[in-house]
Amino acid sequence: MPMRDDVRSLVEPGRVHRSLYADPEIFELELERIYGQAWIYVGHESEIKNPGDFIATRIGRKPLLLARGPDGAIRLVHNQCAHRGVMVIASERGHTDEYRCCYHGWTYELDGRIKAAPLLHGYPSHFDAKRSDGMGRVPRVASYRGFVFGSLAADGPSLEDFLGYMTTSFDDMVDRAPDGEIEVAGGTFKHRYRGNWKLYLENLCDAAHPLFVHESSIVAAKQQADDAYSDGFGEIAVRQMRQNGAPYSFWESNVGIWSYPNGHSFLGDYHDDAKLVAALNHPVFRDYMTALEAKKGKDEARRIVEVRRWNSNIYPNVSFMSQFQQLRVVHPISVNDTVVHTYNFRLRGAPEQMFANTIAFANIVNGTGSLVLTDDLEVYNRIAFGLASEGPEWIEIGRGFASDLPDEHGGRRGKNSTSEVYIRNMFDAWLSYMAPDPGRQARMAPPRLAAGAGGRA
Amino acid sequence: MSQVDTLRPGVTATARTLLDRDTCEAFLVREARLLDEAQFHDWLALFTPDAWYWVPSQPNQASPREMISLIYDDRKLLETRVRRLASPRIYSQEPRSRTTRIVANVTIEEKAENGRAAIVRSKFQMLEYRRDSQTIYGGSCFHRLIVNDSGIRIAWKRVDLVNCDSVLDGIVVPF
Repeated sequence: MPMRDDVRSLVEPGRVHRSLYADPEIFELELERIYGQAWIYVGHESEIKNPGDFIATRIGRKPLLLARGPDGAIRLVHNQCAHRGVMVIASERGHTDEYRCCYHGWTYELDGRIKAAPLLHGYPSHFDAKRSDGMGRVPRVASYRGFVFGSLAADGPSLEDFLGYMTTSFDDMVDRAPDGEIEVAGGTFKHRYRGNWKLYLENLCDAAHPLFVHESSIVAAKQQADDAYSDGFGEIAVRQMRQNGAPYSFWESNVGIWSYPNGHSFLGDYHDDAKLVAALNHPVFRDYMTALEAKKGKDEARRIVEVRRWNSNIYPNVSFMSQFQQLRVVHPISVNDTVVHTYNFRLRGAPEQMFANTIAFANIVNGTGSLVLTDDLEVYNRIAFGLASEGPEWIEIGRGFASDLPDEHGGRRGKNSTSEVYIRNMFDAWLSYMAPDPGRQARMAPPRLAAGAGGRA
Repeated sequence: MSQVDTLRPGVTATARTLLDRDTCEAFLVREARLLDEAQFHDWLALFTPDAWYWVPSQPNQASPREMISLIYDDRKLLETRVRRLASPRIYSQEPRSRTTRIVANVTIEEKAENGRAAIVRSKFQMLEYRRDSQTIYGGSCFHRLIVNDSGIRIAWKRVDLVNCDSVLDGIVVPF
C-alpha cells in the first residue's frame, strides 16, 4: 500500500494511485509544487495591447494582475494590497496608470511597487515604502509569440526550454493569421465541474472516448444537414460532432498522439484542412487562402494549412486548438472543483466571417451550453463520484504502453492516437515536480502531508 | 376545449387571435409548462421554421456572430439539440433534470401587424434539480410572437440570464 507521504510510490509504470485525483492533501501539494514551479499560462498579449491595459488572472488559486507597464514591459503582480491585504483590483480588465486600493488609498505602479500611501509616518523600521516589494511581483514572466506565462519560482528553465518542441503548436496558431498576429476576441466561456483539474487535459487528447461519451450529439448531428445554421455557418461544428463517431479503425490508422518533456502533448494528423475545410470550397475559405498566400507565398500558405493538430496540451494548465483558434485554461480550485476558461482568437488579416465560424465552433463544441462539452463535464463529475467509492486502488493508464515509440524531437509518441502515452507523460512531469531528485528535494519545504494520515499505510 | 387540448402547442389560437397581454402570458406559461414536463418536441413545434433561440454570454450582447453565446441555435440546430435531449445516451441528463419555472412581469414591448405580431418581455425563474442539487437560474426573456394559420408561434426568443457571464455548470435543459 502506498504511503501518503511518499508521492513517488503513487506513480507506477502504466498506472497511478487513485489518491492522485481524490486526496485533498495531494491537491494542496500540487498547488505548491506544480503550480508553484511550472510556467503557468496567464494571458495573451492582445488582452494588454497598450501601456496601462491590465487583466485579472491567476496562478492556481492566487489572484494576479497582468498588465503592460508604461515602458511597454509585461508585469505580473499579486492582487493584494501591501497594507492590509485587500484585493486591490476587483474588475476583470481595465486601463489605468496606477492600481489604487479602495481601503486606505494606497496606490501602486503597475509593477506592484508602492507609488504613494496616505499617512505614511510612524512606521517601525521593518517597513520602508520606497524599498517595499509592494503588491509583490511574480518572480518570472515571459511570453512566446504573444502567449504569456508566469512562474512563481525564481529559478527554473526558460519558457522556451519549458515549451520545447511545443513551440511549433503556438507557431501554428499564429502562422494561420495572414498578418502574423492573433487576438483574443469574442468573450470567455467559464465553466465548472466537480472533479479534479488533471482530468481536463487528460480528456482533451483522449481519442478513445468520443464514440461513447458523445453518442447523443453524434447521432443527433448525423440526422441534420451539413450546415449548423440556415445561412451556412457552423458547418465545421456539425462535422465535428459527427466526426466524434469515427470508428476505432480511424483513430488507429489516421490519427497520432505525440508527447514531449515537461508533460506536454498534442493529438495530431486529425483534421486534414484539405479534406475538412478546403473541400467545403466555401467562398470565405477561398478568400482566406488568397489572403494567406498574398502575405506568405503559396508554398508557405500550403505548409501552414497542412499542419494538422487537434488539442495541444501545455502541462499543467493550458490547452489550445491551433486549427480552430480556441484556447482553454484550467484553474484548480480544490481537489474536486475545477474552473475552465475558454477563449477564442481572431486571425488578423483573415476574412471577418472566419471568426463567425470560430464562434460557432466554440458555441456548439466547447461552450457552456454546447451539445458536446456538457457530456464531458458529466464524465469528470462521475469520476469524482466513482473514486469516492474507493474500489479499485489504481487508475489504469497503460493503453499502448508496450508499443510507444521515440519521437524524432525528443518525445514519445503512441503507435497510434489511442495510446495513453500523453497521460503517462503528464505523470512523468507530475513526479518531476512533486518528487524531485533528492538533492533538490532537500532545498524544498518539507511536505505538509502527515505521515500515515488517513490510515492507508 | 378539453384540458388536454389546451396543452398542445398553438391549438388555442385561431386566425382571429390577437396578441394582447393576457394571450401572450397564457402562451408563455404554456411554453414553460412544456419545458418543465420535458415535452421538448412539442416545445420545438412552437417555433417558426426560421426561428432562432439565443442565450447570450454577456449582458447587453449585441450580436451572436461577434461573440460567444451560452446557446445560439437557429431552427436547424435547435432541432438537433432537441433530438439529442431525446437520446437515451445523453449522459449529462442521466439522471434527468427536473425543472420548475415561474413566468411573470409580462409586458408587450412592441406590437406590429395589427396585433398579429409582438415582442413580449417577461421575467423568469427556473429551478433545476438534478442529482441531489438545485440550481437557480433567472432573468429576462424576450419573445417575438406571431400569429399564423397554425396559431401562435415563436419567431425568436432571447434569454438574458442575470448571471450569463458567471462561472456556470454545463447547460443542457433549455430555458
